[in-house]
Amino acid sequence: MTRISLREDIAELMAAYAHCLDDGELAAWPDFFTSDAWYRVVPRENFERDLPLSTLSLQGHGMMRDRLYGVESTIFHAPYYQRHILSQTHIVSHEDDTIEARTNYLVLRTKRDLPPEIFNTGVYHDRIVATPQGLKFAQRFCVFDNDLIPNSLIFPI
Amino acid sequence: MSPHQAPPANAKDIASPWRDDGSSRIPSPVYTSREIYDLELERIFYGKHWSYVGLEIEVPEAGCFKRTAIGERSVIMIRNRKGEINVLENRCAHRAMRFCQERSGKVKTLVCPYHQWNYNHDGKLLGVPFQRGVKGNGGMPEDFSLEDHPLNRLKVEVRNGVVFACFDHEVEDLETYLGPEILACFDRTFDGRQLTLHGYSRQRIPGNWKLMMENIKDPYHPGLLHTWFVTFGLWRADNESQLRIDEKGRHAAMLSRRAQKVTENVAEGVTSFRQNMTLHDMRLLDIVQEDWWGQHTVCMTTVFPNVIFQQQVNSLSTRQIIPVGPDAFDFVWTHFGFAEDSEEMTQRRLTQANLFGPAGFVSADDGEVIEFSQEGFRQAPEFSTLCELGGRDVGPTEHNVTETLIRGMYRYWREVMEL
Ligand code: FES
Ligand SMILES: [Fe+2]
Repeated sequence: MTRISLREDIAELMAAYAHCLDDGELAAWPDFFTSDAWYRVVPRENFERDLPLSTLSLQGHGMMRDRLYGVESTIFHAPYYQRHILSQTHIVSHEDDTIEARTNYLVLRTKRDLPPEIFNTGVYHDRIVATPQGLKFAQRFCVFDNDLIPNSLIFPI
Repeated sequence: MSPHQAPPANAKDIASPWRDDGSSRIPSPVYTSREIYDLELERIFYGKHWSYVGLEIEVPEAGCFKRTAIGERSVIMIRNRKGEINVLENRCAHRAMRFCQERSGKVKTLVCPYHQWNYNHDGKLLGVPFQRGVKGNGGMPEDFSLEDHPLNRLKVEVRNGVVFACFDHEVEDLETYLGPEILACFDRTFDGRQLTLHGYSRQRIPGNWKLMMENIKDPYHPGLLHTWFVTFGLWRADNESQLRIDEKGRHAAMLSRRAQKVTENVAEGVTSFRQNMTLHDMRLLDIVQEDWWGQHTVCMTTVFPNVIFQQQVNSLSTRQIIPVGPDAFDFVWTHFGFAEDSEEMTQRRLTQANLFGPAGFVSADDGEVIEFSQEGFRQAPEFSTLCELGGRDVGPTEHNVTETLIRGMYRYWREVMEL
């Protein structure tokens, strides 16, 4: 892969991921990951202090599907839209087929009857791998800056 | 009343919103009124009640501190050189500055940046710059004494690794405060074993702080709101359970035993049960019985006014309530395990943590319903809740179909608030 086309492919992966969560089919969300990938949403406080607790920690497609089932069928919550605004991706390292990357994100939440609000902001710590089906996340840690989650966090970010 | 006037610290200045002598119908203003809230801070959070502050392991060495709050007052839990835990109010004795802004850290002394007043780990003032002036000019008056200006030091009790504090030094001892029933539940988890810290989750819930206490004293809702519990067989209406309550009615514990097998007939009356639903990944429910549980797989203990101790299968946490006005509170989850845990057990506790916290399968929805209850109270000041499942009285039970623990808390609340 040339440097340019790799950058383009990563940018497309990021954009498609955001589109999936904001406007697309939630059911397609696990497809962005390798089958045993680790997805975590973790407060920066825990991350920096090496405390292992996550707000959400899903390992593999099975747990991801279980989460989607929970989101859609069992967890009662106020309906809301979310919108991801992403920064350029910083490629930290690229060895063989594995890329370590960081992308800043801002997620806005819009509830019914209310103006949009900043819901969650942080950095994606990604490990991206090349697979026959294209680039996938082998690891995506959403390390968020918010000290407080505004009530609850339902959808993946 | 001028806007600068202090809130009435005297209940006689507040008209009671209650319409009867009981505690089964709670009027909206109990959740929304600013003057009632101010009186709660005074009498409950700053009065003769023990508040949870943290776990001893959060401040492992001399000079290690953690900043937190009791009511709306910022406090610092800090370990001194003798190894004792102090809880000091985060308010400089000079000009009141809340000098500590970090959540946690380690310091030689506590220094207020404004004018560099310097305090030791016991809150004692060690020195102030220019006390004797500069070249004969200025300085503190002759009668200024460092001893007269320490940080406000709270009364502290540490029980098996858990730290409680109280602004009022006349408070009864912690053991008496908890009472034998609740003490037994507390000691079941905290029996002196060394704890390990797993981390924090923090959320702000836009509802009155008491709604969270009610939520954990309410065994009516889990099988109905938390569809996830029922769907995957973790909760049944006929689970063997016990509700315990202290003599005064202010604390409580809900203990129950998880059903070993879920079959159709036990799901009676619970529409959300789905016979053939299974998880794609069973690690979420990879429950391993621990010796110390005894016959119960769940024990949720509410200690008035600000903490819930959670043991839900293998997941352990303290949930601290920090009120921020009558219509919001911060909810801080501190997850922990035991030093003796195997690697697998630690992993299991962390995986089961997906059920809890602001994103939890069975607790994200608690925050949501609290928000909407608060909205309902705001729109109907004349409304009273109906808390009469299982009758109108207060007492322990051997079943889950009751709101008696909530009535207990309000019976006590009315006494203390004189409303
Ligand atoms: S306010 Fe703290 S030293 Fe002056
Ligand atoms: Fe609940």
